[in-house]
Amino acid sequence: MTTANISLDTAPVPFNVRIRQPTALIGLVLLMWVPLTLYVMFGPFLSDTLKSFVLLPAIPATVALYVIAVTSWRESPVAIIGATLVFFWLFVAVSAPYLPLIDPNKPLAPFAEMGAYKKDHWFLLGADFKGRDMLSRDLWGCQRVLVWGVSATLVAYAVGAFFGLLAGYLSGWWDQAISLVCNILLSFPVMVLFILILNYLGPSGFNIVIAVTFASAPAIMRIVRGLTLDTRSRDYIFAAQTRGEHPLRIMIFELLPNARGPIIVDACLRLGYTTVAITTLTFLGLGLQPPDPDWGLMIKESTKVAMVWKFSYMLLIPALSVSSLILGFNLLADGLREMSLRD
Amino acid sequence: MTETPIVEAATATDRTPVLECRNLCVSYFTRAGEAPAVVDFNLKLMPGEAHGIVGESGCGKSTVALAIMNYMGRNGAIVGGEILFQGRDMRTMTQEELRRIRGSKIAMVYQEPMASLNPSMRIAEQLAEVPLYHEGVSQREALARAESMLEQVRLPDPKRIMNSYPHQISGGQQQRVVIAMALLSNPSLLLLDEPTTALDVTVEAGIVELIKEVAAKFGTSLIYISHNLGLILETCSRLTVMYSGEAVETGAIHDVFDNMRHPYTRGLFGSIPVPGANKNARPLAAIRGQLPLPYARPKGCFFGPRCDYFVEGRCDQPPLMMHEVAPGSSHATRCVRFAEIDWSAAKASVAERQPVQRGQVVLRVEDLSKHYIIESGAAALIGARRTVKANEKISFRAHEAETVAIVGESGCGKSTFAKVLMGLEPASAGKVQLGEIELANLPVQRRDKHTISRLQMVFQNPFDTLNPSHTIGGQIGRVIRKFGVESDPKKVQDRVDQLLDIVKLPRDFAKRLPRQLSGGQKQRVGIARAFAGNPDMVIADEPVSALDVSVQAAVTGLLMDIQREHRTTLLFISHDLSVVRYLADRIIVMYLGQIMERGTTEEIFSPPYHPYTEALLSAVPIADASVRKRKIVVAGEIPSPTKPPPGCPFQTRCHYMIKGVCDVTPPPLREFGADHVIACHLEKDALEKMEPVITAGTAA
Repeated sequence: MTTANISLDTAPVPFNVRIRQPTALIGLVLLMWVPLTLYVMFGPFLSDTLKSFVLLPAIPATVALYVIAVTSWRESPVAIIGATLVFFWLFVAVSAPYLPLIDPNKPLAPFAEMGAYKKDHWFLLGADFKGRDMLSRDLWGCQRVLVWGVSATLVAYAVGAFFGLLAGYLSGWWDQAISLVCNILLSFPVMVLFILILNYLGPSGFNIVIAVTFASAPAIMRIVRGLTLDTRSRDYIFAAQTRGEHPLRIMIFELLPNARGPIIVDACLRLGYTTVAITTLTFLGLGLQPPDPDWGLMIKESTKVAMVWKFSYMLLIPALSVSSLILGFNLLADGLREMSLRD
Repeated sequence: MTETPIVEAATATDRTPVLECRNLCVSYFTRAGEAPAVVDFNLKLMPGEAHGIVGESGCGKSTVALAIMNYMGRNGAIVGGEILFQGRDMRTMTQEELRRIRGSKIAMVYQEPMASLNPSMRIAEQLAEVPLYHEGVSQREALARAESMLEQVRLPDPKRIMNSYPHQISGGQQQRVVIAMALLSNPSLLLLDEPTTALDVTVEAGIVELIKEVAAKFGTSLIYISHNLGLILETCSRLTVMYSGEAVETGAIHDVFDNMRHPYTRGLFGSIPVPGANKNARPLAAIRGQLPLPYARPKGCFFGPRCDYFVEGRCDQPPLMMHEVAPGSSHATRCVRFAEIDWSAAKASVAERQPVQRGQVVLRVEDLSKHYIIESGAAALIGARRTVKANEKISFRAHEAETVAIVGESGCGKSTFAKVLMGLEPASAGKVQLGEIELANLPVQRRDKHTISRLQMVFQNPFDTLNPSHTIGGQIGRVIRKFGVESDPKKVQDRVDQLLDIVKLPRDFAKRLPRQLSGGQKQRVGIARAFAGNPDMVIADEPVSALDVSVQAAVTGLLMDIQREHRTTLLFISHDLSVVRYLADRIIVMYLGQIMERGTTEEIFSPPYHPYTEALLSAVPIADASVRKRKIVVAGEIPSPTKPPPGCPFQTRCHYMIKGVCDVTPPPLREFGADHVIACHLEKDALEKMEPVITAGTAA
């Protein structure tokens, strides 16, 4: 294949292209993610004033990222639908404190039905058995699922990718040892692994991250190992070796960037699995603890009441929310894969 | 080469041509719009005739073949002209008719034999399918025919091959099976798309011989597609030269080779090393610029921007038609100025240069051996081990500013040798000295910065040599920083710019990613990277074999220039004897991990020869109709390096083989002259009596 688009002139880079460059994108993602993580993970340690405006810069960043995503993925409608679902929840997560919602933990009117007007408040999605506003709880609930889900996946990826690179690049003894450990971990049913770890460590967000890492990292390690084995025999790796580069440098700077395509697609899918896992764990009472709103908790709390058909909305609303987020991640993965195959 | 092509042009003009393409235009429809792949292509193929199509990658030669098969995939279509097969227009045929013709009347042989065979079916079943499907014969009859066809393509032991799976036989044997499959239905037209490109030269020579033979025997017409002018000369009676989707010149082989009438054809011939070329006296002349993309072709003559004879107002006026060179002649060209150009004038030649004086010894290799020990499967359980001797007792010296070439076919251990030298693999025995430093057992991690920077490498595959994720500037700059040439970012940037200037690339390329570069440009960056640390010695592992002919000349020339300027020692690893003859000062011929012969270029190319060198020389196709070659076709295939034959490694294929000597004891070293050594059992005088393989003809 001969090369395309070779032009020798250097035109000034227009703004809409410049913003799509890696550094600008990473900046935007950090601007969105760091405040949200601070708010959700370290909320209790923040002063009230800080808490009241920490999320403000994240709102324009999220909107900007959504616009970039939609414009650059124009060719794949599936990816756009996925991005829209995911960014909807991201937007809700960063803007929840500024939306006109009442306190999600304030009991007002137990069993208020959808659209009911009670105690000076319109319950658009009704209220739960304690009288807390469902709309408010549902929207606030996405924060914890998103933050813990994405963080857990990121940590799992860091660990899995590191061991995958080690096994794939160093091969031999390293490969056998790492693969053996992974095979043992993979032989446990995932739920058993989760329950074991969380029972042992105690239920908390950080322990969920550890549990998810144990459960997901082996599979990620296998993917990265496979990609590394493929790339390892390329001439540019030989070139780096003959320059006397340190193996760690070769792994991180020469090998990892070239595995990014399949990794990004898999990460999107895995975000979906992790969301399911976290919701399930919370439902089992092993994850995030009450009273703050969380989709898994909402489902758990409403199971008994929702046996009555009339009150099933208490279960359906958080369930649909979590499904829409997972569907978003999956569609995004599909779209990205489709686009990567086309080029 | 004088022997008349075996497939002689049909004389009877009243017979219908097997195939006729009239103003054929083929386009692919991509997201970027319509990309014309072939424009206005004409061809007339008489029964029994062999027609060559030659051109560089992307010139549309394979598209012509696919169009003839009417099999262009979902996004390709014939947009104009017609294809007549035995007088019938193929475009009007139904899918059913086409299906019946494909594989029975028109057969095709592709480049990759392994990809053409189904890996999960035995050879017998695959071959039998052809008569079973097309002629509806019985299973028994089909198998019998398959077996006899295998015999006809000269496969040894057809019974064994019939029962093998494709991966169990070698590449050359696979290609023979593919040819047998194509011939089974006795087609009237055989399309060969680079059938030998993936094979070694000595194996290639056998296949080419076979193709000529079977075409004569069965009276099949051939269309032979290749980028190698030498191969076309050996197989065909007529040829078409294609450039950027157009046929630029067509005619009888000798007309085109001796009296070319298109500047591109001429440029193509000027950039391939023929026996007369020499890096000092007659350097190769590359064609400047690069092939235009299908949707960015210039107006008028597609070759215009790269042509020395371009005249504004005439060459950029479409349409350009084919002109007959002489009235009534079948030799035609698409150049509007062909009558005005002085074709006999020597090409504005590159200045002659003084040979470089070689300096002191830089690299000293003594009795270097590299053995791998394989313990596989069940053999490991019982403790059985096999040793693969990748390199066996290699000794030679390389001087400053000298080019030493290592020549050999696949499995000869030339790449393993490079790995040992670079410190990626430890040597099993022997010494390698770079200056005063002993490198044989010093892995690259333990070499100091200075030693590493003294020995650098240029890699083979341009698409693999650069990391696709980093910019060009970043990758060159990394080497500069790593070797401590410069550390200040500003100075590193200056040095990167300077290196880009040296390899004749715009400085702006520093900000680009590899995918925005063409193959030749990537290889230039690879060269810049190798020279970034001011090395004493550069190992070039087949640096040009993956590039197009016209680009090859430019990259080779560049490598030579930089080497000359820096007085670098160049260790050039290659399988291509013509390139090696052109640029090497001394040559080492390797076979199955051992040195068969070493000496100066002069000594290698004239007698006495090692029998293997002799066979290799005879196998290399030469694109010069005036050169005569002595025909020596070696039998069989290269043995697997895991099971080398006892005694002399070449004994299984050597026609001088002495029973009881060659297959028992390793050959002694026979010395001729100062540094000319041949490892052979033949006596000195027997070796000296050999006749030259290549003799320049009178017309040269």
